[in-house]
Amino acid sequence: MITRREFLKLCLSSAALSLSGILLPKVAEALDERGEKVTVIWLEMMTCTGDFLSFANTLNPDVEQLIKDTINLEFQNTMMAAEGELALQHLYDVASREEGRYILVAEGTVPTRDNGFYGITGYYEDGTPLKDIDAVKFLGKRAKHVIAIGTCASFGGPYAASPNPSGSVPVHKVLKGIQVINVPGCPAHPDWFVGTLSHVILYGVPSLDAFGRPRMFYRHTIHDFCPRRQHFENGIFAKEPGDEGCLFQIGCKGPVTYSDCPTRKWNSMHLNWPVGANTPCIGCVSPEFPDRMSPFFAHLQDVNLPNINVNASLIGKAAIGTAAAAIGTHAIVSAAKGRIFRHLAESSETKDVGKELEKVVEEKLSGDKISDEDMQGVEKSPSGSENKSVAKPENTAKHCEEISRELIPSRPKIKRPKKLVTRKLRR
Amino acid sequence: MPTKIISPITRLNGFWRIDVNIENGQVVDAYSSGIFFRGIEKILHGRDPRDAVYLTQRICGICSTAHGLASSLALEDAFKIKPPRNGIIIRNLLFGADLLQNHIRHFYFLTVPDFVRGPDRPPFVPRYEVDYRLSRTESDKIYENYMESIHISRAVHDMVTIFGGKIPHNHGILAGGATVPPTADNVRMFMSLLQKVRSFVQNKMMADLEKIATAYEDYYKIGIGTGNLMAFGMFPHPDKKDDFYFKPGIIIGKKREKLDAMAITEHIKYSWYRASPPLHPEEGETQPDTGKEDAYSWVKAPRYKGHPVEGGPLARLILSGDYKGGHSAMDRIAARVMEANIVSEMMEEWCRQLEIGKPVFTPYDMPANAEGIGMVEAMRGGLGHWMRMRAGRITHYQIITPSAWNCSPRDDEGRRGPVEEALIGTPIEDFDQPIEVGRVARSFDPCLACAVHMIDMKGREKYVEIL
Repeated sequence: MITRREFLKLCLSSAALSLSGILLPKVAEALDERGEKVTVIWLEMMTCTGDFLSFANTLNPDVEQLIKDTINLEFQNTMMAAEGELALQHLYDVASREEGRYILVAEGTVPTRDNGFYGITGYYEDGTPLKDIDAVKFLGKRAKHVIAIGTCASFGGPYAASPNPSGSVPVHKVLKGIQVINVPGCPAHPDWFVGTLSHVILYGVPSLDAFGRPRMFYRHTIHDFCPRRQHFENGIFAKEPGDEGCLFQIGCKGPVTYSDCPTRKWNSMHLNWPVGANTPCIGCVSPEFPDRMSPFFAHLQDVNLPNINVNASLIGKAAIGTAAAAIGTHAIVSAAKGRIFRHLAESSETKDVGKELEKVVEEKLSGDKISDEDMQGVEKSPSGSENKSVAKPENTAKHCEEISRELIPSRPKIKRPKKLVTRKLRR
Repeated sequence: MPTKIISPITRLNGFWRIDVNIENGQVVDAYSSGIFFRGIEKILHGRDPRDAVYLTQRICGICSTAHGLASSLALEDAFKIKPPRNGIIIRNLLFGADLLQNHIRHFYFLTVPDFVRGPDRPPFVPRYEVDYRLSRTESDKIYENYMESIHISRAVHDMVTIFGGKIPHNHGILAGGATVPPTADNVRMFMSLLQKVRSFVQNKMMADLEKIATAYEDYYKIGIGTGNLMAFGMFPHPDKKDDFYFKPGIIIGKKREKLDAMAITEHIKYSWYRASPPLHPEEGETQPDTGKEDAYSWVKAPRYKGHPVEGGPLARLILSGDYKGGHSAMDRIAARVMEANIVSEMMEEWCRQLEIGKPVFTPYDMPANAEGIGMVEAMRGGLGHWMRMRAGRITHYQIITPSAWNCSPRDDEGRRGPVEEALIGTPIEDFDQPIEVGRVARSFDPCLACAVHMIDMKGREKYVEIL
C-alpha cells in the first residue's frame, strides 16, 4: 500500500493532471499572514478577454469556490460590479492598501505606440485617461507576484503580430526588473492558470523555464506525448483537416510547441483538444505565435518522408533528424539557423510581406547575446526562489538566442541519416 | 449642461467610454466611444486566407465561434465550396452552444449586478448603492443561480470542446465544414450536457428574468431604440438552400424589407479617420486622421441605406415572429433569455438530425485569386467579413461587427448610433451614481473588443477632450 505522501507525489508527477484538484483543500485554507484571503487584481489590457473566459471554465476548483474561499477578486473588468470612476478609485485604493501583498494577473498586451494611447483602462471623471501601460507599471511595482496570463501578455501573441499596428509588447517588457510568471496559451488552459496561481499562493514561485513558464505545464512538446505519435512514426498522415492520422503534413506545430495539451486536454472536463478535433496544433502557446506558426495549414519544414516500408523506426529518426533536430525542440533554435523559419516565411507570405517578416526575424536574431553563464545560472536557480534571474524580463526579449543557448550546447547532435530522404510519401 | 464621463463601463468585453449630458434628472445627449485599438485586419494582410478562420477568432473571446463562422463563410464564398449536411449541423451546434454560453454569462455576469444587490464581498463590492428593488432574500436566491450559472456556462463551453477541440478560439469550424464526425459517443455526451443546460435556462434563468422584469417594469419604457432592426439570418438550414432558422431581414421605420448587403456603408465623420464619403466595406479604406475635429470614437458608424440599425436577439426574435414587444432595455434583456431557451430546444432537434458515418468536411483546392463575403448572425447581431485574395494571399480584409452597428457614433448626417439614441431620456436618480446608464447600455450586450478593429495609424500625441 502506498502512503498518502507517496500517492500525492505520484499524482503530482503524472503530468500534474490533478494538481488543481489536490491543491484545492489547501488552497482554500491559504490565507495570508493576517488570516485574510489573498487579494487578486486582474488587469485586462489589450485582450479579447478569452483568458478570463477560459479561467471561468475552471472546474477544480471552480470560480465559485475561488471567489468565495480563496481569493479576493478585487478588480476584474468583466465581473466586477463597480464601473467608471468608482472602479478606478477602488483599483487605486486596493493597490495602496494591499501594497506588496496582492497578486497581479495581467491579461493582454501592453500597447506602447503614441505613449500607450492605443489601450486605455478607463477615464477619470475629469477626462484624464488611465492608460494600460501606466496601470500595469503602477500595479506591477506594488504587487507581490505578477502572473501574465495568455500568449498576448506573455509573449505578444496575435495583436503584436506583424506589422504590430498598436506597438504591442508583452507585460515583462514594461515591467523591467520585476519577475513575471508567464502562463501562455491562446487562451491559457484553466488548469495552467489555476495551477500556477495555487502554486504561487501555497509555495511561492514555481520552477520556471527560460521563458518564465512554469515547468510543470510546459515541459514537453506536444509531439512527445501526442496520441497520434505512432501515426507519425508509421507514416500515416492526414491529407485534410478532419482526417484521422498524424496532422504533421497539414501544418501541425506539435513538434515545436511546448505544452501538456495531449495529456491534459481541454477544457476543464478534459474532453478534447485541437489534434483530437482532427485539426493541426497551431502552436498558440509559443513565443513565436502567430507569425512563425503560420500558415497554420502549411507543414513545418519541407521534410521529404521516405517510403514507409523501408524502415518505420528510421523514419522516426529521419523525421526527428530533419524536423525535430533541425526544427529543434524549440522552433527558434533552428529559426536562428534559418531552417524552418526561412521555409515558413517563404511559404507563408507574398514577397513584400515575406520581407517584412524577415525583418522581424532579423531584429529578433540580432539582439544581444546572452552568455552561457547567465543561462547556467537560470538552470541552477532553485524552484521557488524569488526575484532571481529565473526569467529576466529584459532578457526574454531575445528569446531566440536564449533558447538556442539553453538547448544547443548540452544537446548531443543528432546525425542526419544519409539517403533517408528519398521519395515523397506515397499514400 | 453637466456631463458625466463613465469609463470603464465594466462588465462587458473590451473597453468603453460613455459621456452623458444630464439635465433635470434625464439624459439629454450621449456619446459612445471605443477606447482601445488593435488592428487585426491589418495583421491579416499578406497571410494565407485559411489562417483568417483561426486568427479572426482572436478578436473576441466571448463570441469567437461567430468570427470563425463568418470567416469560414467568406472563404467558402470565395472558393465556391459548400460544406456537407453534417458539417452544417455540427457548425450550428458549435455556434449554438457558444451562443448559450454568451447569453447565460451576459445575463448573470454582466446584467444581474445592475439590478440585484450582490453579496458583500468582491467582486460584488464596491457598487452603486441606489435603486435596488428586490429584497435581500430574493436577491440571495438570484445570486444562488448566479453561482450555478458559473457551472452551467462552463458546461456549455465543454459542449463546444466536444466538436471544436477547445474554446475560446475553437478549431472545429473551418472553411469546408466541421472536423469532428458525429459518433454515438460524442453525440450522447453533447446531448446530456445540453439537457442540463436547458433545464437551467428553462427553470432558473427564465424565472430570474421574470423577477427582475416585474420589479423593474419601468424599464419597458426606458432605453427605447431607433426601432430599426436588422438580422443577417442565424443557423442555416442543412437541407434548404438559403434558409435560416432565424430569418434574415430588416425593419426600417416599421417597414420590413429584404436585406441587401450592398446597402451597407460606413460613415466616418465622427471617427478618427481621414474624411471620405460613406463607402461600402468592400471598398472601405481606413486612413486615420487623429487631429480631426468633431471625431470622438474609433468605432466607425455603419449604416443601412443611411439609417442606424440595431442588431441582437431582440431584432432576431421580432424578425422571426417570436417576440411581440417593444424596443426597450428590458425587451432586449428578455429577448436574450428567451432566445437562449429557443436555441437550446432547437439544438436537441439538430442532434437528432446528425447522420453517423456521413462526411463533415468538403476538401477543396484554393484558387489564387478570389473574393468572398461571409455574413452571419453573431450573438449580438449581424457580423460581416469581406475578404479579397490575390496570388493565394489576403490583400483586403474588412470586418463589420454587430457592436460596431450598436455602439456606433454619429453618422455624416449627425444621426446618433443606436446605443446613443436609446440612452436619450433615461432618468438619472443620482448624478454621482448613474446606474441607469449602464443598465440601458448593457442591454445591447456591447462587445467593444469586436467593435474596434483599428488599422495602422500615426500621431495623436496628446489626448483631446471631446466634450
